[in-house]
Amino acid sequence: MPTSFTPLALSAVTAVSAMGTGIAATRRALHERLGGLRPASPEDRPAAFVGRVEGVDSVALPPELARYNCRNNRLAEMALLQDGFLAAVAEARERLGATRIAVVMGTSTSGIAETEAAYRRRPEGSFELPEDFDFAATHDLFSLPRYVRARLGLAGPALTISTACTSGARAFLEAATMISAGLCDAAVVGGVDTLCRMTVEGFGSLALLAPGPTRPCAADRDGITVGEAAAFVLLTRPQDAAPDAVQLLGAGASSDGHHMSSPHPEGLGAVSAMRAALDAAQLDAAQIDYINLHGTGTRANDAMEDRAVSHLFGNAVPCSSTKGWTGHTLGASGALEAVVAALCLQDGLVPGCLGVERVDPEFQADVAVENRRAPLRRVLSNSFGFGGSNCSLVLGHAA
Amino acid sequence: MSGVHCHIGGLALLGPGLPCWAESKPVLAGRVPWQEAPPVVPPPAMLAPTERRRTSLVVRLALAAASGAVEAAGVAPEALETVFASSNGDGAVVGAILDSLAAPDGEVSPTQFHNSVHNAAAGYWGIGAHSTKPSISIGCHQDSFALGLLQAAVQVAGRGVPVLFCAYDAPLAGPLAPMHPTAFPFAMACVLTPEPTPATRAALTLRHLPGGAPAAPSPWQKLAEGNPAARSLPLLAALAAGGAASLVWPLLDDARLEVEVSPC
Repeated sequence: MPTSFTPLALSAVTAVSAMGTGIAATRRALHERLGGLRPASPEDRPAAFVGRVEGVDSVALPPELARYNCRNNRLAEMALLQDGFLAAVAEARERLGATRIAVVMGTSTSGIAETEAAYRRRPEGSFELPEDFDFAATHDLFSLPRYVRARLGLAGPALTISTACTSGARAFLEAATMISAGLCDAAVVGGVDTLCRMTVEGFGSLALLAPGPTRPCAADRDGITVGEAAAFVLLTRPQDAAPDAVQLLGAGASSDGHHMSSPHPEGLGAVSAMRAALDAAQLDAAQIDYINLHGTGTRANDAMEDRAVSHLFGNAVPCSSTKGWTGHTLGASGALEAVVAALCLQDGLVPGCLGVERVDPEFQADVAVENRRAPLRRVLSNSFGFGGSNCSLVLGHAA
Repeated sequence: MSGVHCHIGGLALLGPGLPCWAESKPVLAGRVPWQEAPPVVPPPAMLAPTERRRTSLVVRLALAAASGAVEAAGVAPEALETVFASSNGDGAVVGAILDSLAAPDGEVSPTQFHNSVHNAAAGYWGIGAHSTKPSISIGCHQDSFALGLLQAAVQVAGRGVPVLFCAYDAPLAGPLAPMHPTAFPFAMACVLTPEPTPATRAALTLRHLPGGAPAAPSPWQKLAEGNPAARSLPLLAALAAGGAASLVWPLLDDARLEVEVSPC
């Protein structure tokens, strides 16, 4: 019999995306409706717009961790330096012990941009990759949690979840399960994905790239904008956090078992992930005050998600996608949007979709396209991905 | 720390000279000598022909082991949550995309792109098994088997559910191949449960501990070093032998996984 979900506190949070470096900038961008998507430079062809984070290349990793140097870990470092995150983890490490804090990270492509560069750096006609290319410390999926664990001086288990665009959300569920199984007492949870040729060309090949900034839920929405982000949360038991810390109240996951890259048209997998998250949190649909949609801006995803959301919630709960601010940050999106959900809870903010003149008239759910202010007690955040992977998180104030 | 507990059964494997559990068990137990033979990876019978055509060697490898495990466990494939662990993922597909990106036109095949995700094998498993159960795919380089087994046991202990665990890896392709030398394809799978079942072979207690340690001596050490998923061989050998065992896997960054195997 499934054991019930024990709420966990978001003791510390930090995020870097195209909408802002750190929590204060992210919060300001949400309130002032300042999106971070910009026209793409030639290196990001065939994308017309991207959610690129400025300044990543000037970030220096500590010299003893230099072998981990790649865009993904530089973006991770940039986020770790914001919002007092290093100090918060150091304090938890002192209190709980380094061996009792796990590192659970989601990423879809890790440092593959470094591999792409290594391929390009080969002299004309040469097959072998350059000798200074460190595959294990950059390209490999495990590079991210190894870097974060070493950087934070932690000694608990490390794990990389790579379930495409649910990776960052799934990291929260797996970390919660680790704590519940007694493997650790706290976890640094998060997701990092960075712009690389592979994902931009890949979404281009699927004809899913929007010609302008992505406009999720719009009647004339026309695809995704690829973005990049790093988001980290120190997840602890509530007694190890400030009393007013936002909590992870429940999490649920499912598989579509339908198709590799197309969602189930009726959203059955999405419905069961949301229902599992509500069940874990022991909440009814009516107790959710805002839904942060996966909302990628593609025709298929947003239509499927509207059917799934309206099936469970009718039109009673305001919902929106914040990918108009950040782009689709892929394996980081679930972690980034969990942080966004926490900010919305703290501020009583429903951030209406950016750049949407007319919501798809077929949609049944209550899609917000302007910011609304309302007291929020509980927020649901959705993530869906290739391979038919679905994950929903419920965040809220302590009961 | 008291450790994470679960029961293990429904064993399957596919590797060089190790074609399936039934034929490999006496070899793993040391009663029959191991003889090198290339693994033969069957096409996945669980998929419809259209999907089957899209599957690569590594997906077929994972599905063969996973199917073998649920069959041996006597459980319906759609009844199990899954943990798929792989270091290289689909290295052939990732390598082909990297080759394309390095070419002048730089275009990527859409089918290759959606097959390049690390959870491709898990996705095809969901389609073939008609499973809507939660699934994770993990990638932890040389530690993929050990940390995948640990997380599968954590799910069993922490969520009280039965879990299908599958570790699989195949050699990387092209210029990537020497970056993480992988000598042959290898996959194993098993079903972990909270309580013993008729298929249970042993109880496991797993502990993640600080500090490295040498791996326990094993006649399978050389083969285990040829593929991240083959690092499961000392566990499979202990289960084939049927006695109690204390196993240790050194992890990459100053830590180790200890596993107590208790027959039941």
